[in-house]
Amino acid sequence: MIGQALNRVDGPLKVTGGATYAYEFRDGDQPLYGFVVGATIGRGRITGIDTTRVESSPGVHLVLTHQNAPAQGARDLSVPFEYWRAYPTLSSPDVHHHGEPVALVVAATFEQARTAANLVDVEYAAEQGSYDFAACQDQAYAPESLIFGIPADTAVGDVDAGLRTAEVQVDEWYTTPYEFSQPMEPPACLVVPDGDDLVVYTSCQIVDAARASIAATLELDPERVHVVTQYVGGGFGSKLRIHGETILAAMAARALQRPVKVALTRQQMFSSVSVRPTSSQRVRLGAERDGRLVAIAHEVTMHTNRHVEFIEPTATATRSLYAAPNRLTSTRLVPLDVLRGEDVRAPGEAPGLLVVESAVDELAHALGMDPVELRIRNEPTVDPERGVPYSDRHLVECLRDGADRFGWERRLPEPARRRDGRWLVGYGVAAAIRVHLQGPTKAAVRLGPDGIAVVESDMTDIGTGTYTILTQVAAEGLGLPPDRVRVELGRSEFPPSVGSGGSWGAGNSSTAVHHACTALREKLLAAASSDVRSPLHGLDTAGAVFSGGSVSIDGASEALGEIVTRNCPEGLEAEGETVLLTEEPNYGAYAIHTYGAHFAEVGVDADTAEIRLRRMLGVFSVGRVLNAKTARSQLIGGMIWGVSQALAEEGVVDMRSGGFVNRDLAQYLVPVHADIPEIDAVMLDGFDDKANVLGVKGLGELGICGAGAAVANAVFNATGVRVRDFPITIEKVLPGLPLTEV
Amino acid sequence: MRPFTYERATDVPGACAAASRPGATFISGGTNLLDLMKLEIERPSHLVDISRLPLADVDELQDGALRIGAQAANSDVAADPRVRTRYPVLSQALVAGASGQLRNKASVGGNLVQRTRCPYFYDTAAGCNKRDPGSGCSAIGGFNRIHAVLGASDSCIATNPSDMAVAMSVLDAQIELLDADRSVRRVDIADFHRLPGDTPHVETVLRPGEMITAVILPPPPPGRQLYRKVRDRASYEFALVSVAAIVATDRGTISSARVAFGGVAHKPWRSADAEAALTGRPATMATYRAAAETAMRDAVGQGQNDFKIDLARRTLCRTLVQAAQAS
Amino acid sequence: MLRWIAARRRTVLTTSKADETDIEPGLRDIPELSMITLRINGTKRDLEVDTRTTLLDALREHLGLTGTKKGCDHGQCGACTVLVNGRRINSCLTLAVMHEDDEIVTIEDLGEPGHLHPLQAAFVECDGFQCGYCTSGQICSAVGMLAEAAAGWPSHATADVSSSQIALTDEEIRERMSGNVCRCAAYPNIVAAIRVVAEGGPT
Repeated sequence: MIGQALNRVDGPLKVTGGATYAYEFRDGDQPLYGFVVGATIGRGRITGIDTTRVESSPGVHLVLTHQNAPAQGARDLSVPFEYWRAYPTLSSPDVHHHGEPVALVVAATFEQARTAANLVDVEYAAEQGSYDFAACQDQAYAPESLIFGIPADTAVGDVDAGLRTAEVQVDEWYTTPYEFSQPMEPPACLVVPDGDDLVVYTSCQIVDAARASIAATLELDPERVHVVTQYVGGGFGSKLRIHGETILAAMAARALQRPVKVALTRQQMFSSVSVRPTSSQRVRLGAERDGRLVAIAHEVTMHTNRHVEFIEPTATATRSLYAAPNRLTSTRLVPLDVLRGEDVRAPGEAPGLLVVESAVDELAHALGMDPVELRIRNEPTVDPERGVPYSDRHLVECLRDGADRFGWERRLPEPARRRDGRWLVGYGVAAAIRVHLQGPTKAAVRLGPDGIAVVESDMTDIGTGTYTILTQVAAEGLGLPPDRVRVELGRSEFPPSVGSGGSWGAGNSSTAVHHACTALREKLLAAASSDVRSPLHGLDTAGAVFSGGSVSIDGASEALGEIVTRNCPEGLEAEGETVLLTEEPNYGAYAIHTYGAHFAEVGVDADTAEIRLRRMLGVFSVGRVLNAKTARSQLIGGMIWGVSQALAEEGVVDMRSGGFVNRDLAQYLVPVHADIPEIDAVMLDGFDDKANVLGVKGLGELGICGAGAAVANAVFNATGVRVRDFPITIEKVLPGLPLTEV
Repeated sequence: MRPFTYERATDVPGACAAASRPGATFISGGTNLLDLMKLEIERPSHLVDISRLPLADVDELQDGALRIGAQAANSDVAADPRVRTRYPVLSQALVAGASGQLRNKASVGGNLVQRTRCPYFYDTAAGCNKRDPGSGCSAIGGFNRIHAVLGASDSCIATNPSDMAVAMSVLDAQIELLDADRSVRRVDIADFHRLPGDTPHVETVLRPGEMITAVILPPPPPGRQLYRKVRDRASYEFALVSVAAIVATDRGTISSARVAFGGVAHKPWRSADAEAALTGRPATMATYRAAAETAMRDAVGQGQNDFKIDLARRTLCRTLVQAAQAS
Repeated sequence: MLRWIAARRRTVLTTSKADETDIEPGLRDIPELSMITLRINGTKRDLEVDTRTTLLDALREHLGLTGTKKGCDHGQCGACTVLVNGRRINSCLTLAVMHEDDEIVTIEDLGEPGHLHPLQAAFVECDGFQCGYCTSGQICSAVGMLAEAAAGWPSHATADVSSSQIALTDEEIRERMSGNVCRCAAYPNIVAAIRVVAEGGPT
């Protein structure tokens, strides 16, 4: 059952419009509608808010501003993870970034709330903010450490000496832009007051974090906050934590003792949520003529909002990617008055590998060496910085298998040589590596007298397929057909998890469910073997086989439902869990990652420099695959993120206002159908026994890791133009294209 | 969105009379108007719904012209067999624009009066002379990658986003207008849209209450018709640069040529200079380059959009090559 | 806590007539509500809507038909696609009051679990979605798109627009579906699902 390409169990609901997302719940009275008002300055303070016109606007019930918002809990830095911390909103007249909420207008209808929101008169004392990342490099500082206490800087050997002795060097600066998650479902919630309790239907990736953050902000007992997140219309990092919309709705619902719902507009999603920090990255590579690296240096500078530090771990993948005796990585932050940085799909690897894997391609070109071969030649035997063995590294197999399937041998090493009509055609390759993480997650499995198993966890399914893979794990764990398993997720009453994010959701939750099933099997066997009414009574349970809804020992068999009915008619339950990686010995003893190799073919219009992907292949090593269908879909989705990271996505800051200029889906370009031709993702058979008992590792982010670099390298191969300022757009390639003669 | 009253028009003069009232405006497909109303860039107090007026037919006229009712959906016009065979440049331009859903709703008349996609026009907190006369132009000195390189002014560097109008420009289309007094006038498409000057908020020659009732396409000129649109994304994006061209050749010589650019100016940019530089010349790259140079002679970039000048030249040359090859 | 609530309520209640002179023109004396009848999924539905209510919000907020999604509210994503008189449109960019007598079909009418529309079944089989939020729009759009292609409409991918024969290649499907953004990027699987149905696959 595990690994099969089972169709999504929630598929029929999703394709019929029957899956209910946060904003769509109905609970209690007709809800009121909240509309957020954002700051129109980037830095300064509110000197006055006139709400008279708003309050007399039809249908308005409440106007929340910093003047009347309740006291809120502060961000408590002793809480280890940001997403569990308070998110004070309207807590002061200070403006920390353009678009920060300055008011919430609550009215009887959406139309009334939206109209009234435009009538809030806010007076600001604007201050000169810092918005220009490039101009503020001199203010860069070194953060204390990255998430999980990972060092911000590392060094092995002597990079400068290594570079001096290297026969071939690459030393280039690259920049990556601000990028947005932009899930299709905007951040949205419905908050229903229930006495002293709050029921919060919200679109989030981590239910436990949402509950903690709401409770900490509103200074409530977490037990009084009930979070419901049945379906999430995409997160990609932007819903790891709840933001102002949920806090504002909760404050308004408590004040009015009425259900209140709030959704951000698409435009507000570019100013009131979060952004992937922009970066400047210097990569220095030194190699011998045979391609062996003697030095790797990856120095990263990124923006952070001045008030809330966020560090994207952009150089960390470089620490484990290739062998080289002399190495250095560093992380610096430039504080700006720009929107808060938060995790966006594959935080760290996405911008880091885009750059490093471009630089490796530059080295291959400088060496005159095939870039696949160059990578294979630098395959390490142990993690080159930590000195520990890899748990299950198959990067070379990915490269070789991918090259074979893609027809890599047809690549012309010299750039700008292949033509197909108006198109200059190029091939590119890049490696993928993504750290495997583990966090504390619990799941309960309860078998009812009807023989149906119910899995419960506050884990979410953000499109990743959690409902489906947990169905498969429980079905296999208890020997049930999948239609005898029901998975219930996304309620804070259920056993807590660390949710979906960091590609750890599948590993955590499937392992927890597996453990729960193991424990439940033991309970079932204990009940049956000690029960004189059971045909299994007194038998040795060591050889028990669970299959088809029954358990058999030596030819004797009994249906699971029978055992439950007789022994505990209310149902038999067991729980399983995982622990944080810092408590897991394998994380110290091994370097645990997933791997992959991307191969891309692009066409660049010889006249206009329009860049179009023609085909793409990824080959991945992800340990054991839980569901071949949903896993492939996620990997392909990630690869497409890489394509648009390389070619299109860029949030542009207006240096006068500090706000993002291109703040809608007509101007912030994500791919459409026509941009995406045939793409395939292949997964190697695998099982990483150091990762967890199921041998499973997450893959929601692996697809994007390095994908953009494969595209960028293909653009270089097509044109001979190397663009180091991402994304690669027409104006950056056009000047390098000769005029066509015919 | 400000509150408004709504009426569904039952006849054209009545609709014009209703729309002549202060604060009133027509709504047809609504795909641009409602977009702007939600952001309070447009704030009408009364909407006159003309989408069900009998103005959606496409009719052949006796002189060989084609009359396209202003309420015809973009998709219907693109799919009309007469448009596809006789005015393929129009069909190509229409299907290059927007999405299938939007083309099903957007009308021909509405397309002609759609407003710029300048991000500062869309940002009510930013200065914009088009949205709020006298408040300045934030695109100058700001993000101006998509902005105009021809015919712009110190007041406004916005572009007209229409693909359809660029094709109509090389087809010498005429816009039929009717007002509340039932007086009809026809305006050449070249005269319909205005350059920004110091009144960028006045985008067309439409008078209050005047309704676009039809677009008349004269019999097509000889030659191959082509529309080429250049953009970052492969679909569903406004043009960075586009070219509409109609080229006829006779034994290697260009006997007639019409050329217009989209995405480069406040209006569809018909280039008489380029046409003059092409007509009577050999159909060679040298001729096309000379025409492209001429067409962009007065182009001025704002920094981020400088590339559009070269891009327009290159796009024109390629489009001319293709049009001449097949004509 | 209670203090600020009480204060706020009082402010709202004591708004005086005198304040109305400060109300901008356009906010006063305008009747906002209209009684309309919509024909949705074969059923006549009477509802009272604000003139400002989009067809999308009428479906979601007034009629409980939440299968149609709001992704951008500006015609830039396609999540709100419904069929009006058989044609696919963005329900976010049209007013409910403009649709009296129109025949409106939403995702809820195409099929239900156990009785899926062929496209819905193909989306499940081909895994043509992940988060599911754009899915209703993709499927409604595909229904409309297949009808357009069958009627011989040209697209930007059509080499010769003057030809009335359209070969529905993958490139044609992609171009015609480009008004439906999928941020999970299930595009290859969506195209596969549509191809199955276009080729008369499983029904």
